[in-house]
Amino acid sequence: MHDVDAGRAAETFVTLTGSAVLVNPVGLHARPSVKLTQCAKGFVAKIEFALAADGPWTDAKSPVKVMRVKAPQGATLYFCVTGPDGEAALAALLTLVHDGFGEA
Amino acid sequence: MVTEIHLTGRPASPGLAIGPVTVLTATVANRATIGDPAQEAAALQAAIEAATAEITELIETMQGETADILEFQVAMLEDHVLAEGAYDAISGGAAADQAWRSALDAEIAGYRSAEDEYFRGRAADLIDIRDRVLARLSGVDTTAKIIGGSIIAGDDISPSTFLAVDWTRGGAIALAAGSPSSHVAMLARARGAPMVVGLGPLSWNGRPPSLALVDGDVGTVIFEPEPETRRLFEHRMAAANAARAAADARRAEPACTADGRRIAVHLNVAAPEDLVGLDPAICDGIGLVRTEFLFEASQGLPDEDTQYAVYRRILDWAEGRPVTIRTLDAGGDKPIAGLTVDGESNPFLGLRGIRLSLARPEVFRMQLRALSRAAVHGALKVMLPMITVPVELNRAAAMLDEEFAGLRAKGIACERPPLGIMVEVPAAALCAEDFDAAFYSIGSNDLTQYTMAAARDVGAVAELNDAGNPAVLALIARTVAAGRERGVEVSLCGDAAADTRLTPSLLATGLTTLSVSPIAVARLKAAVAKVGS
Repeated sequence: MHDVDAGRAAETFVTLTGSAVLVNPVGLHARPSVKLTQCAKGFVAKIEFALAADGPWTDAKSPVKVMRVKAPQGATLYFCVTGPDGEAALAALLTLVHDGFGEA
Repeated sequence: MVTEIHLTGRPASPGLAIGPVTVLTATVANRATIGDPAQEAAALQAAIEAATAEITELIETMQGETADILEFQVAMLEDHVLAEGAYDAISGGAAADQAWRSALDAEIAGYRSAEDEYFRGRAADLIDIRDRVLARLSGVDTTAKIIGGSIIAGDDISPSTFLAVDWTRGGAIALAAGSPSSHVAMLARARGAPMVVGLGPLSWNGRPPSLALVDGDVGTVIFEPEPETRRLFEHRMAAANAARAAADARRAEPACTADGRRIAVHLNVAAPEDLVGLDPAICDGIGLVRTEFLFEASQGLPDEDTQYAVYRRILDWAEGRPVTIRTLDAGGDKPIAGLTVDGESNPFLGLRGIRLSLARPEVFRMQLRALSRAAVHGALKVMLPMITVPVELNRAAAMLDEEFAGLRAKGIACERPPLGIMVEVPAAALCAEDFDAAFYSIGSNDLTQYTMAAARDVGAVAELNDAGNPAVLALIARTVAAGRERGVEVSLCGDAAADTRLTPSLLATGLTTLSVSPIAVARLKAAVAKVGS
């Protein structure tokens, strides 16, 4: 029973995907990693990202894991978002990356 | 008998300093008693929370970059993933301090092995986090009290240690390891503390040195200097301090010669990050934006939107001042994987600069589209590198016209930027008036090496590679005359512009615009002010 319920609950939310190029200098470094995770943590959706469209996927809410990816400038970040506020989460993350995390 | 120890590393923060040496040592005490796994886990959790609170408290007294660095440390400490491995080890019977140390050491090793220097630089932050928590676990304050004004020598230094020092009293940093892109290096540049990294093992036979001289301009450190060495260094320091104070005070003023000629001083930048924290008032515009960085750092070539965003940020910074962006100048000593030709017998005389762009037009056309779109947002000018004959400029101009027309047909906001050439091949300098260019920008590095037939990177012919040679100056003067005749601007953007010994000769050719890296602006303006007196 439990498994069936869990499956149904997950199906209610379509998994959304999107990508954006890292334009800020030196890539996904300390400050952008913190901003990315802060932004992701503002949503209940499960949010993962990868450097390729087919993964491997990294939890975007963990600064330790985000920093381990060492994403360089010019890399494309692929997002994979599942949850009730998935659409807003994806839009917010793509804007953040696209705007270079507000760095000059 | 004491003898001087000369060490050479990499400059990480400019300036000269002299002072007593403080050697950093890792002084983490071992914990006396070890409890059961539950107690150890609780001890680690308490230590992490205490360390987080400690840094959070510190943040409140800091601003800007320093606060950002500490916020990063807090974010890492608050992430349970960081301590996951440690808690696992504790449940397997390990002591809290050992478990934490090995978990963090594994994380630190991951940063140290990074290809990117910036990520390697983060290892120091992780060490800082590690030691802060260890200090809490052992109940010992490991942040040694360092007396202001001293030369801090060690393997590497943590941001916490740096911030605990009173830098208003002088002092410097001399590191065996370290990185110019570390957070500490950024802090040192912001505070004006000289810093040299990568000195290699600091081994003094038993007794640590008492005095050191640090030259953060060239990246050298002298331990236990002889009295004469010290006297010469102090003399240089006094002169440098006086010159810097005088120059910095006038950095935002326009450059004028003693006889009243107004000289425009532009900036050379390699990436938008070079402009962070700079006041646009210090320059009359940007004379050279190298765009190679966009192509080097990326995996694959950057797309049009990425380029547009970067160009636009630079134009926004310039607040209406002219910005000259050079199209991709790959080849020669700047290979780009997948774009430049490998194995050329003489890359400097091969397919580089505009030659490569015309041979690979798809990459070039994309850049022209991004530039045309960015041109809407400021006074953008586009400069072509390595132009040798007029037909190259004409072909590039036709491509720019086509891309501009294509964008406009699609209703995309764009403008056709003025198209100028770099004059760095003697053939272009000798026949400059034959080019239908909107401006000329003299690239003195290549112009010198092609005129003198002496490479810059070959030490044995270094003396021949002289931008002040009359032959090179004659080609510059000729280009200036062609620009005057055609009524277009001529500037010079190579290293010669920042070599203040050459300033009088360069201005004597009739040049009125020089472009230098931001750090050289104050010095150049001071040198210009002396010309004609």
